[in-house]
Amino acid sequence: MNPFEYRRPKTLRETLRLLAAAKDGAKLLAGGTDLLIQLKERRTLPSLVVDIKAIPELQRLEHVSQRGLHLGAAVSLNRVLDYPLLAQHFPILAQACVQLGSLQIRSRASVGGNLCNASPAASTAPSLLCLKAQAVIAGPGGRRRILLEDFFQGPNQTALGKDELLVEVFVPTPSPSSRGCYLQLTQRQEMDIPMVNVACLLTLGRGGRCQQARVALGAVAPTPIRARRAEALLEGHALNSQAIQEAAEAAAKESSPIDDVRASAEYRREMVKVLTRRALQSCLEEAASP
Amino acid sequence: MKIPLHITVNGQPREILVEPTRTLLETIRVDLGLTGSKEGCGKGNCGACTVLLNGMAVNSCLVLAVEAEGQEVLTIEGLSQGNRLHPLQQAFLDQGAVQCGFCTPGVLLLAKSLLDTNPHPSEQEIRTAIAGNLCRCTGYDKIVRAIVAASKQKVAP
Amino acid sequence: MTEYSFLGKSLPRLDAAGKLTGKAQYVADLNIPGMLHGVILRSPYAHARIRRLDVSKACALPGVVAVITAADIPASAGRAIMAEDKVLYGSHPVAAVAAVTREIAEAALGCIEVEYEPLPVVSDGVEAMKPDAPLLHPNLYTESMTGKASTPSNIANFTEFRRGDVEAGFAQAAVVREDTYRTQMIHHGYLEPQACVAQVDSGGKVTIWASVQGAFTFREQLGASLGLPLSRIRVVPMEVGGGFGGKNGMLLGPLCVLLAQKAGRPVRMVMTREEDLRMARPAPPTTITVKLGATREGLLTAAEVTMVYEAGAFASPLPPSGFVTGLSPYCLPNVKVNGYVVVVNKPPVGALRAPGAPQAAFAVECQMDQMAEALGMDPLQFRFKNIVTQGDRALNDLTYARIGFQEVLEKVAQHPNWVRPLEGKYRGRGLACGMWFGGVGSSAATLNINADGTFALLVGSVDLTGTRTIFVQIVAEELGVSPDEVSVVMGDTDTAPYADIAAGSRTTRQMGAAVQQACHDAKAELIRRGAASLGVAEGEVEYRDRRVQMKGHPEKFVSLRDLARASISTAAGPIVGRGASTRPSPAPSLAAHVVDVEVDPETGKVTVLSYTAVQDVGFAINPTMVEGQIQGAVAMGAGWALSEDYIFEDGILQNASLMDYHQPTAADLPMIDTAIVEVPSDNPYGVRGVGEPPIVPSLAAIANAIHKATGVRMSKLPMTSEAVWRAIRAQAKG
Ligand SMILES: Cc1cc2nc3c(=O)[nH]c(=O)nc-3n(C[C@H](O)[C@H](O)[C@H](O)COP(=O)(O)OP(=O)(O)OC[C@H]3O[C@@H](n4cnc5c(N)ncnc54)[C@H](O)[C@@H]3O)c2cc1C
Ligand code: FES
Ligand code: FES
Repeated sequence: MNPFEYRRPKTLRETLRLLAAAKDGAKLLAGGTDLLIQLKERRTLPSLVVDIKAIPELQRLEHVSQRGLHLGAAVSLNRVLDYPLLAQHFPILAQACVQLGSLQIRSRASVGGNLCNASPAASTAPSLLCLKAQAVIAGPGGRRRILLEDFFQGPNQTALGKDELLVEVFVPTPSPSSRGCYLQLTQRQEMDIPMVNVACLLTLGRGGRCQQARVALGAVAPTPIRARRAEALLEGHALNSQAIQEAAEAAAKESSPIDDVRASAEYRREMVKVLTRRALQSCLEEAASP
Repeated sequence: MKIPLHITVNGQPREILVEPTRTLLETIRVDLGLTGSKEGCGKGNCGACTVLLNGMAVNSCLVLAVEAEGQEVLTIEGLSQGNRLHPLQQAFLDQGAVQCGFCTPGVLLLAKSLLDTNPHPSEQEIRTAIAGNLCRCTGYDKIVRAIVAASKQKVAP
Repeated sequence: MTEYSFLGKSLPRLDAAGKLTGKAQYVADLNIPGMLHGVILRSPYAHARIRRLDVSKACALPGVVAVITAADIPASAGRAIMAEDKVLYGSHPVAAVAAVTREIAEAALGCIEVEYEPLPVVSDGVEAMKPDAPLLHPNLYTESMTGKASTPSNIANFTEFRRGDVEAGFAQAAVVREDTYRTQMIHHGYLEPQACVAQVDSGGKVTIWASVQGAFTFREQLGASLGLPLSRIRVVPMEVGGGFGGKNGMLLGPLCVLLAQKAGRPVRMVMTREEDLRMARPAPPTTITVKLGATREGLLTAAEVTMVYEAGAFASPLPPSGFVTGLSPYCLPNVKVNGYVVVVNKPPVGALRAPGAPQAAFAVECQMDQMAEALGMDPLQFRFKNIVTQGDRALNDLTYARIGFQEVLEKVAQHPNWVRPLEGKYRGRGLACGMWFGGVGSSAATLNINADGTFALLVGSVDLTGTRTIFVQIVAEELGVSPDEVSVVMGDTDTAPYADIAAGSRTTRQMGAAVQQACHDAKAELIRRGAASLGVAEGEVEYRDRRVQMKGHPEKFVSLRDLARASISTAAGPIVGRGASTRPSPAPSLAAHVVDVEVDPETGKVTVLSYTAVQDVGFAINPTMVEGQIQGAVAMGAGWALSEDYIFEDGILQNASLMDYHQPTAADLPMIDTAIVEVPSDNPYGVRGVGEPPIVPSLAAIANAIHKATGVRMSKLPMTSEAVWRAIRAQAKG
């Protein structure tokens, strides 16, 4: 690693001051499971590393009843997973978190880091997109709040300005009648970056009619994306296997994957179809079972 | 510029000066001379460097030493009590779960953190939990059996 | 069978305690005062001419103590470890630097100026054989039994085996099938990266601490490569964090010594995982075409096999053993094998667990299943009909002594995991066999009797598989003492008697024989001295229960302890048992694997449901350790079959991390059942090699299971989800 200065501010204000003073040269450190590798490989050469784990707001983990979950940007995944209400209200987030990396990685890695690193394959992104999560951002001009889908701008690029940071992710509590599913395809059972990941969240009314549908895809476009055409094909319709199949195919068409060491574009696109169909089917089955 | 670091390692408070670029693994191995923790990849992929930080298993190659300020570290050197092996170590010995030994310290500490939170894991839970610890020698069979065997014992803390 | 007290028992490994507590010392754990850190500048091209190389800026960097390039390296060291005018593979070393810290050394690498002129890259063995392929070495002429070729090519070696008349054989066959199979490059996957520390004293003597499988073999190679007499080199073997054939020391050894010589200070070199993946000597990729013919009754009549083994950028002079092992489990009246070793712009390959054999078995054993299917015959029955037994000949013309191949198949036939039906869609059970002859070499051991009648064994072999424990079991057995009374030291090359490299599944057989002899030697001396002290003839006494006693009069004895005490205070002198094994005969061993898989037909993902490895080990001196070897080999084979791969682009590795080089984790595997068959060999105690045979069948066993599950024949490894998905789709399209 190239030499850098290390700071561990205790307040947001101090952090913002450090960021402003460092101009371009600062990097924020949450769990470090992405950043340390980048530092070791000299892919980033900051003059200052700001450890944000001591800032109380960034460690907030609180479900405000009915409204939603305040998920501090630096909260470790294992803490998220231990949160008693998570599996109950946000099962698709739990399913994504538990499959990210290894137990050791999850001791450190944060949802905030996962989103700010902005890998197209980020495990937590599709579920959070489905949940309509918002990014709460602090900067010199105060706070702003944007939808997560506006947060991702490209591979490793986010809407954050150089002097801004992510404070928390706010995840609205989905309707109790909603059903969701997160699926990822990896070569190894564990400890692997997804070749494709898919999350779905359906709100079903009487007779299986879909009131609202969210489908999000990862690792198949420059950023994690919503599959809006697939959603449109589902919303307002009674869901049967044909509707699901059509939505799955639409999702595949919306993807724009590339070839890389993990998989070919062609395989990825086909797997979007398979995983989307399975995820939707699982939502339906869950809805059907009492 | 070196920064003073206060950490408790295997129950002993330590104070040392470290560069901010130092990883916790380097500090443990080089600054403290505790070479039981191994480096197999330096990238969080193999688990050979696993230590417990405030009781949680982490890849010490992906933690800066300065991040551990004020925290407690348990390394393999602190697992046994004097000459008395920890029940996990004893089970690894009895079951033949040690071959080249390079993965062993990391697997043991991961297994300790697992049993601390889930005293009676199923085989599948064990396999998932140790997935971050690569072992090339054993095929994991005897490691899994050893963890099961240790979990069946009344583990003294 | 003989009843033993300590042999055949699962004593815990003696080295385990140190490894469980973090006390075991590996090379990277050493800290020698004044030690420098050595790093290597690697080529970013797979094939390029070096136009200019300027290290002056690196030399001038404060903290840099020594820089070496090909100019500093004797020609005897070869050009694989450091490129001279041409780089021939991605990451081919170009220079090396020693500096006071690793950071400075790495910074110095950045200051080295190299101008490359890229050359066309040949990265596929079959392509490289074509007459118009770019040549890697302008003066490489194919070696074969008939001499050297007259024009240069990329074919380093051509080997033929001929038996009978294959044309006639195929003419007799009712069924003939010919198919081509491909295997990929794989890494050993040892968890401890390559490492060594070298120090040169003022007299020029080199001491090198290394992670090596054979201290003496390493010393010889180092001496030959650097032109040093063996007396000037001391190799201190450290604990080895996994070897599998990949730790011969020569990747870093010569560079480390040269840096230490030039710097006049100790130098430490430890590879990063990325370097290890890029620079190590992996298993060769192969392309193998197998044509088999059999009668309606299922008797093989002929085999014709063409094998192309990629050598990487530099070829070793020896033909791969896979040329022989693939067909050797079966009786074949007519055989024709053409084997090629071909250089390509990839890292030079090396030995990896049963070198060359799993690749050949993949092709042959898949084809055996294809034949069984074509004949409408059960795959096990088909193998039964053709398996070799005592008196049959292997392809290399070795006549089999007593072997347990048939017994292994019988064990499979009765095994519950073979017998019980496998239910469920897209599930299949695969079977495959694989054999290994077992390496031979020579080794010596010294057994000292301590003054109190306990024993100290000194050997120079490296303990990779628990051999220290095995040797203690042997001494305890032979001398009727408890294992606690025996210590064992793995000495360095200046202190221990010669030992061959721990490879080829030979250490237990070969060093075990030397240890047994040393015990007999010590016992003979005890008997001599005991008889003298009792005042009777040697023939009248026997050694038993720590005593030399009169035959038939056990009350007349002299104790081991008294003899031991006397030995250091009387003229007779200390008692030292010496043993040396001359080359033991090969002890061929068969492994047969039964594996159940489930395939997700939509994603192609393969899940291994159950795995059973049956193997003839001759005699299991320590059954738990035998099982551990088998289970580890199976896991490695599963990775080879399903997920591990070197992905190159223009000869440059694209997946040089353990994130993208997919070794199996615990979550990818089931428990691995083992069934041990014990048909004794004529080695001491009847042992056969254990560590290598169990990887040989694994690739084919899994491929055969996938075939049974899906109907698709995977002829190329690895069988990743995507690859299986493609095959299933291609089949559906017809
Ligand atoms: C072995 C291994 C396995 C992995 N497996 C997966 C996987 O399965 N799926 C997956 O998606 N990822 C995986 N990762 C990547 C990584 O663990 C995750 O992306 C993780 O969530 C990152 O979180 P972190 O807290 O460690 O981030 P850090 O490394 O601390 O930060 C990541 C980036 O975000 C920036 N950042 C962090 N917090 C903030 C903030 N609050 N505001 C602004 N910028 C910020 C940092 O500056 C840095 O650039 C894996 C990594 C490893 C080493
Ligand atoms: S060395 Fe830390 S995970 Fe491999
Ligand atoms: S025992 Fe060698 S890697 Fe696990």
